[in-house]
Formats: sequence, structure tokens, C-alpha cells
Amino acid sequence: MTAAATPASSPATTGERPGVRMARSRRNAELSLLLLAMALVAAYGAMVEANVLDTVTPGFWVPAATLTAVFLGMHLVIRFLAPFADPALLPAVALLNGLGVGFLRRLDLANAAPEERADLAIFAGIGGRQLAWTLISVMLAAGLLALMRDHRSISRYAYTLGLAGIVLVMLPAVLPASISEINGAKLWVRIGSFSIQPGEFAKLALLVFFAYYLVRKREVLSLASHRFLGIDFPRGRDLGPVLVVWVISLLVLVFEKDLGTSLLYFGMFVATVYIATERVSWLLIGLVLFFGGAYLAYVLGEAVGGPFANFYLRAQIWLDPFAQPYDDGYQLVQGLLALGSGGLFGAGPGGGQPLLLPEVRNDFIFAGIGEEIGLFGLSALLVIYLLIVERGLRAALAVRDSFGKLLAGGLAFTLALQVFVIVGGISKLIPLTGQTTPFLSAGGSSLMANWLLIAVLLRVSDAGRRPVDGAGGKVTRPSGPPEQLHGAPTEVIKP
Amino acid sequence: MNAPLRRVGVVVIVLFGLLFANLNWIQAYKADEYRTSDYNGRVQVAKYDRKRGNIEAGGTALAVSKETDGELKYLRTYPGGEKYAHVLGYEPVNGSATGLERAENDFLAGTSDQLIVNRLRDMVTGDTTAGGNVLLTLSKRAQDTAYDELRGNNVGANKGAAIAIDPATGAVQALVSIPSFDPNPLASHDTDDATAAYNRLEQEAGRPLRNRAIGEVLPPGSTFKIVVAAAALENGITKETNIPAGSSYTPPTSSEPIGNAAPSICPESQVTLMSAVTESCNTGFAKLGGQLGPDVLKEKARQFGFEQEDLTVGRLGEGGLSVAASRTGSMENPDGSPDPAALAQSSIGQRDVRMTPLQGAMIAAAVANGGSQMRPYVVRQLLAPDRTTVYDTANPRELRRPVSGQVAADLRDMMVSVVENGTGRNSRINGYTVGGKTGTAQSAPDRPDHGWFIGFVLDSEGKPISAVCVVLEEAGSGGSAEAARIAGQIMRAAIAEPGGR
Repeated sequence: MTAAATPASSPATTGERPGVRMARSRRNAELSLLLLAMALVAAYGAMVEANVLDTVTPGFWVPAATLTAVFLGMHLVIRFLAPFADPALLPAVALLNGLGVGFLRRLDLANAAPEERADLAIFAGIGGRQLAWTLISVMLAAGLLALMRDHRSISRYAYTLGLAGIVLVMLPAVLPASISEINGAKLWVRIGSFSIQPGEFAKLALLVFFAYYLVRKREVLSLASHRFLGIDFPRGRDLGPVLVVWVISLLVLVFEKDLGTSLLYFGMFVATVYIATERVSWLLIGLVLFFGGAYLAYVLGEAVGGPFANFYLRAQIWLDPFAQPYDDGYQLVQGLLALGSGGLFGAGPGGGQPLLLPEVRNDFIFAGIGEEIGLFGLSALLVIYLLIVERGLRAALAVRDSFGKLLAGGLAFTLALQVFVIVGGISKLIPLTGQTTPFLSAGGSSLMANWLLIAVLLRVSDAGRRPVDGAGGKVTRPSGPPEQLHGAPTEVIKP
Repeated sequence: MNAPLRRVGVVVIVLFGLLFANLNWIQAYKADEYRTSDYNGRVQVAKYDRKRGNIEAGGTALAVSKETDGELKYLRTYPGGEKYAHVLGYEPVNGSATGLERAENDFLAGTSDQLIVNRLRDMVTGDTTAGGNVLLTLSKRAQDTAYDELRGNNVGANKGAAIAIDPATGAVQALVSIPSFDPNPLASHDTDDATAAYNRLEQEAGRPLRNRAIGEVLPPGSTFKIVVAAAALENGITKETNIPAGSSYTPPTSSEPIGNAAPSICPESQVTLMSAVTESCNTGFAKLGGQLGPDVLKEKARQFGFEQEDLTVGRLGEGGLSVAASRTGSMENPDGSPDPAALAQSSIGQRDVRMTPLQGAMIAAAVANGGSQMRPYVVRQLLAPDRTTVYDTANPRELRRPVSGQVAADLRDMMVSVVENGTGRNSRINGYTVGGKTGTAQSAPDRPDHGWFIGFVLDSEGKPISAVCVVLEEAGSGGSAEAARIAGQIMRAAIAEPGGR
């Protein structure tokens, strides 16, 4: 819906004559889209109250107004620190984030005793906590924009981030289950009542490392030695790092019992390798390795069980969730029933029965929302996600340096893949795995990590859309081989 | 690197296209299946979201929904308890409803097409449409009397049924089946409790969940003689015609002699049809049936309502509690020729003749109503949720005409004679004309007999007030006399009911 209001901005590519093209920041378009998005969030809040409370309280607009203030702050930060950033990103993300807060507040209303519903405090319950997390996340994103004035500067910390990423990924796997396991998946680190999902941050750190590593190695990885069926395959010794990532992702699959995270890391890696090398063979190798590995895990799970049993069980549930509708298949069955009950138009915001859904605040939030806004509403949400992803890819196309291209392209694809894994999981397209739904699910880790991701995309799109004779007086290099990165790679490794 | 980036963009669009297609599959194609799935808790929550309408009789609420604090907003309760259980049925949280709760579910739940105006209005005003109310024809006095007298019968029968209908309209005045059950535990929101209560009732020997008044067929015994007498009156015999009788009769090709209930009954070789009915003379009717033949008997029974498989008692015109078909059974040999033994036994309501208590009451009602049998119904009126608009008022209509007015008058005289001078004396009421016919039916060789009574009461002007059928299963000796007494009590209650004349 927001796409129509945003005229396509032509990125500065070769052939553009400086001086003829009017560099337009489009910040005012961003502002008006943002206000439109917040008006939608306020309307959603009013509809929820009308349905749940049978009346609209005088203070229905307060959560939406708080969010508007937070996002307006972010808008101002962008206006000053990244004036040429893509104007559609912030409003689209703000809309998703706002609807997420609205839906979680709706769950609070449903959970509250009837007499307490009308005066539910703004920061009360999971909705209020999500509102607070939004504030923190947006501040983090603004901080990242302020600190990282040029996206290439983070390449200096690539190895540090790579190491940190691997540690974050493996951390829940090596910790005892009492600390790391929730609902059968070891993805967490729990300290008291506070729990974080290190994997959410790991994907960002790893992607920076992948982008840096692949830009350096792209020539080597592009070298072909075998030609088979018309496709160039890489040399055997160059497969090393790919195999390492493959093994790590399978270890994640087995020890963290989570197919989604594993698929996410591996897909992320294969996509960046493909973007860097332009070799289809890497895609094929990646797909064969992943599906081969998953099939192997399935067969082993059936035959020997042990660490593979969880994956085998999940695949069985996926194949026939109604076989055990009250036991193993309960979550998926209830998710499908919620989506089906919503039908085309949904029960209306606040009109559904989301409390019948297990994990409705996390994994199944898309099904819970889907019951109330129906197929049409969910399609709109998918379009907004698609808009964010395609805007991220557009930033990758527009930016001139290879590191930026890989970084933005990889991040955008990762976001798309995560949406695919969780939405596909709850709608029985693929086996269900515990992933958060970006910007909607309750939880600080996911929200912070995804806002940091958006901050990076904003930074890259700003670099891409900034005029060549840029207002910032910065010297921007034309696209081409990444000489600068070739120049100073390894000596800046600092822990 | 731009070419692969563009291709990644295409891949993303394909992935999202898959999600979109899959959501279409689930939310459009499979939506109805999922929405109504047995595993979908929304089905029950939605059902209990609006107040279900009352079921009432004579201004007394028999089934009401009470507000609760739970997730299911309304609890169905039955203040009428065991007395009305078989008419009302019950509405459980899980599983299907029974009785009128099932038959009138659309109106009670407020989903009926008739309530579309209310729903549209409430859509504007934002109220939740409550269900409509169903008003019954039952007379509280008659129903209470029937239940209490059946339960307290002095022959110790613990199974039985009683039904009373207004012969002029077909309105059911009382409908009782014992043993009965308390429907309240079955409607409990604690589904484990409800299931346990159901299983207990299901396993009870007396089968309390069964509605014997309309759902069970038993051999009617001598009450069937009214049907045979009607056939005789239409075939050249008058009530004063002498018919062959005797103390014992062994039909041709049979080795089992048919005797009378007592040696004092029709030992003469000839008795009038009138006294054969009055004394319940078995030999006379066995011979009479043989004379009339199976086709005439079966046709007469059919005209009284036997063999009808689709009769329902509920709202006139549609739905309701389904009534079991009464049967005359076979009276022929395999080659199609009449079987004299079967014919003789069928003529006194034995062999394969089977009748519901409702059918018995309908025979008496047709006789009392000058030969016109009205369609029985129990729903008098459908009342809007706001109790102002009446949606459906029963408009009584004739179901069939089993006998002519003249034959009906003769049958009435004979049945009155049964009560005045014969076996049905227990049902006499001062100041009113009561007619009836007792019946004692053998159930199985080693089991006690069933006691029957079918009858009617007319006011001093000859207008019918009530037609009643009472059956006491396996009541043994004195069963039919006790049934007659109970029928008399029910008729008194129907007379005493305000507006019951």
C-alpha cells in the first residue's frame, strides 16, 4: 500500500551526468508515509478496543502517539545523519512494529480481567514491554547510524564480528538446557527472568564477516576448474570455508534442535556467496548440501533417534499435523485453525480468539494476527515485508562498493528468508521451526537485531542514493573492484 | 554483482509468492474445514458468546442460559429438570444436542434466517443478538401429574411413558418417559464432568436417555382392538351386531389356543361388538380379524397412522422430535395367503404389532375428534429475543381422517362403555365423559405384561379436551388398570389447566 505512494527513485548509476540530476532526499515523503502508517496503527488500536471493550477509551491513541514520537525521532536522526536514505524503509518498518505492539496490547486486553481492561496502563503487559523495547531498539538503530557514518567502516571489525557471531551461535548449544532450552529449541540464554536470543545478533555479525571475507575471496571462489552439465564448479580446495559453514549449520540443526536457524544461516551464506561470485554452481552446491543434510538428519532421526529425533518429529508433524492434534501437532493445528477461522476478511482486530493459540506472542503471532485481519490483511503484511526486502536489495544495487552490495543484499535476503521460514512454518508450507517474526513478535532481542539491520540498510541506501558530488563533501568512489578493501585487510584485527 | 542481486530479488518474490499461494490455500480453500473443525475451540466459544433463548411452557422457563464468568459466557440450565428432560433434550458443550434443543437450535441460538432482521439491527446498534425463545404447548399441571403418577405407579413399574394431546388441535399437553434424567450435568462447562454424567446414564439399565413416549414401540395388546373395531364398523358390522366369541379359540393351522383374560369374559358363543370391546373379548376379536382379513386390518391401521416413518413432533410444518414408526407386522404366509394364527394374534395387538404411546394417543384423539386426526405438535410459538415479535404461531392442521364421523361416534360410544362398565373404570371423572381402552400385552414368555391405556375426555357438550396414552412396561398384573387410573389423573390435570377448558 505504501509502494504506490513512493515514486521510484533512480539510483545513481553509470551514465548519470552530475549536475543534471536533482539529488532529492525524499525526507518529506518519508515523513508523510510515516504519519500515514501511524494513523493506521492508531486506527488499529481503536478497532481493537471497540471489539474487545465494546467501547473506545479516550486514551486509545496514547500507544500510537508514543510510537509516533519514537519514530519521528528516528526520522529526524535520518534527516540529519542519512539524508539520502531510502524513504520507504522507516515507514514500512514502523507500520509492522506498530501493528506488532498493537496486537500484543490486544493480547493483554484479552488476558486482563474484564473490569481492569478499560484502564490498562500504557507500559503494562507484553504490549507495554514491546513498546519499551521499540524505544530501546530505535535508539540503538539511531546510535548505529551516528557511529557508522560510512558502512565500510565496519569492515574493519569483520574478523571480530565473525568470531563473535560463531560464539553467539554456539553459545546456547554448549550451555545446559536449563538455561538455553525453551519449547524444545536451544536458542536462548536465560538469566533470571530475562532471556535473550543470541542467534538474532549472530546473524548480523556473521553477515558482516561473510561480506568482508567474500569480497576478498571472490576472485578465488569464482575460479572454475570443472565444467559439468554446462555449469562451472569451483576448485575442491576452495570449498573449505563453505563446508565449514555447512557443518556449523548442521551442528546448529542437531544441537540447538532448530531447523529454522540452521536454514537461515546456511541460506544467508549461500546467497552471499552467490552474489559475490555470480556462480550458479555455488547455489546448486548449497542447495544439495542443505537438502542432503536435512534428509540425512530425517533418515538418521527415524533410524537412530538421539540428537536427530527432534528433527524427525518436526518433519512428521509437518507431514500430518492432524495425526496427533492434541499432542505433538497441537501448535501447528491450532495455527492452521486460527488462519482458517480468519478466512478472507478476518474476524476484525480484537474479534478473534488468539488466546486459543499456543505461543501466539512469539512464533504464532502471524497466525494470531491472521485470524483477525484475514487473508487480505496478511497479504498486505507480506507486501510490506516484500517492500522492505526489495528496498534493501535496491540499496545494494545502488551502492557502489562491493562490500556494501554484499552487506545490504545479504541482510535483505536474510530478512526475507526469516519471514519465509516462520510464515511458511506456521502455515505448513515447510516444517515448523521456532523463529521470531521480524518486527511483530514479542521480544527485545529480535526487535533490536532487526532494527540494527534496518539501520545498516538505511546507511547503505544513503550511500547509494547520495549524489556523486555529494552534499556531505565526501569522496565517493565509482563502483568497481574494491581496491580500498584490498588495501587494508588484516592488520586492523582487534578483539 | 548487480545481476545476481536482481536474481536474488526474483527468488525473494518467488518465496513470497509461495507464502501467498499457501495462505490462499489455508484461508480461502480450507477455511470452512478449519473453521468448523472438531479441534477448533472457537466453534464452542462462539456458540456460547450469545445468550441462547429460553424454552418455556405456560409462562414457566424450562431451559435458560445463565451468565458466567468463564470463557464460555453462558451456562445452559434446565429448571424443569427431569420432568421435561425428554421433550427439551439438552445442549452439551461437546457433542450434539438432543430433543428440542437440537430441533429448534437455529432459533434458540439466534442463527435462524427468521431472525435476520434482529441480527441486522444489532449489527447497527452493536449488541450481540440473543437467541429467540421457544414456547411449548405443554401444560405444567398435566406434565407434572403425568411424571409424578408414572413415577409413583402402584404396580412397581420403573419404565413407562405417558402422553396427552389436545384432540382438537394436536397440541401435546404432556409428554413423559420414565426413568428420566437430569439434563443439567450434561450441559456442564466442565466437559469431563459432562462426559462422565453421560456415560453413567448411558450404562444405566433403564436407558433413561431414551424417549419412550415417541421413540419406543411395544405390542399394544387390546388397545389395538379399537383399530379392528373401526375396520369392522366400516365392513357391515354395527356396534349391536353379534359376533362369534367363546371362552377359547384355536385358529386353523395353529396349535396355540387364544383365551380371555378371565373365564367371566365372553364365554357366550355370540356377543355384540359393543360388549366385546367393553369386556375386551379376545376370542371375539381374534375371530373378527380372521373374518376381515389382513389387508383390511393393515389398511385401517395405516389410516390411523401406523407405518408412518417421517412423523415428527415439534414445530408444525418442520423438524422436531422424530417419532418411531408403529407397525402391524406380517399376517401372511410366505406365499402371500393369510396366516390365520398370525391374523388372530395380530387382531388382539400381539404377534408383530408394535405401537408407540404417541400412536395410541393419536388413535384416541381421532375418535374423540369426530374422526379427524390432528398433526401433533409441541412448539406453540416462536418469540423474538426481545419478546415482542412473534415469529411463528402453530396453526393446527389435520393430519388425516382415519374414520368417518359416524364410525368415530360408534367407537366413542364403545370406548365410553369401557370406562363406564368395563375394564377402564379407574379413569372415570365426575361431570365429564371419559372413554378409553385398556390393553395388556405379553412382552416375552418369561417377562411381566405391559399395561396400556388409551383414552379421551369430553366436556359436557361433547367437545374433546384431552386424549391420553399411558403405558407401564413390564408392569404385570393390574398394569392396565393402573395405566387407566394414571390416564384419568392426567386428564383431570388437563381439565384443570387454565385455558384447558
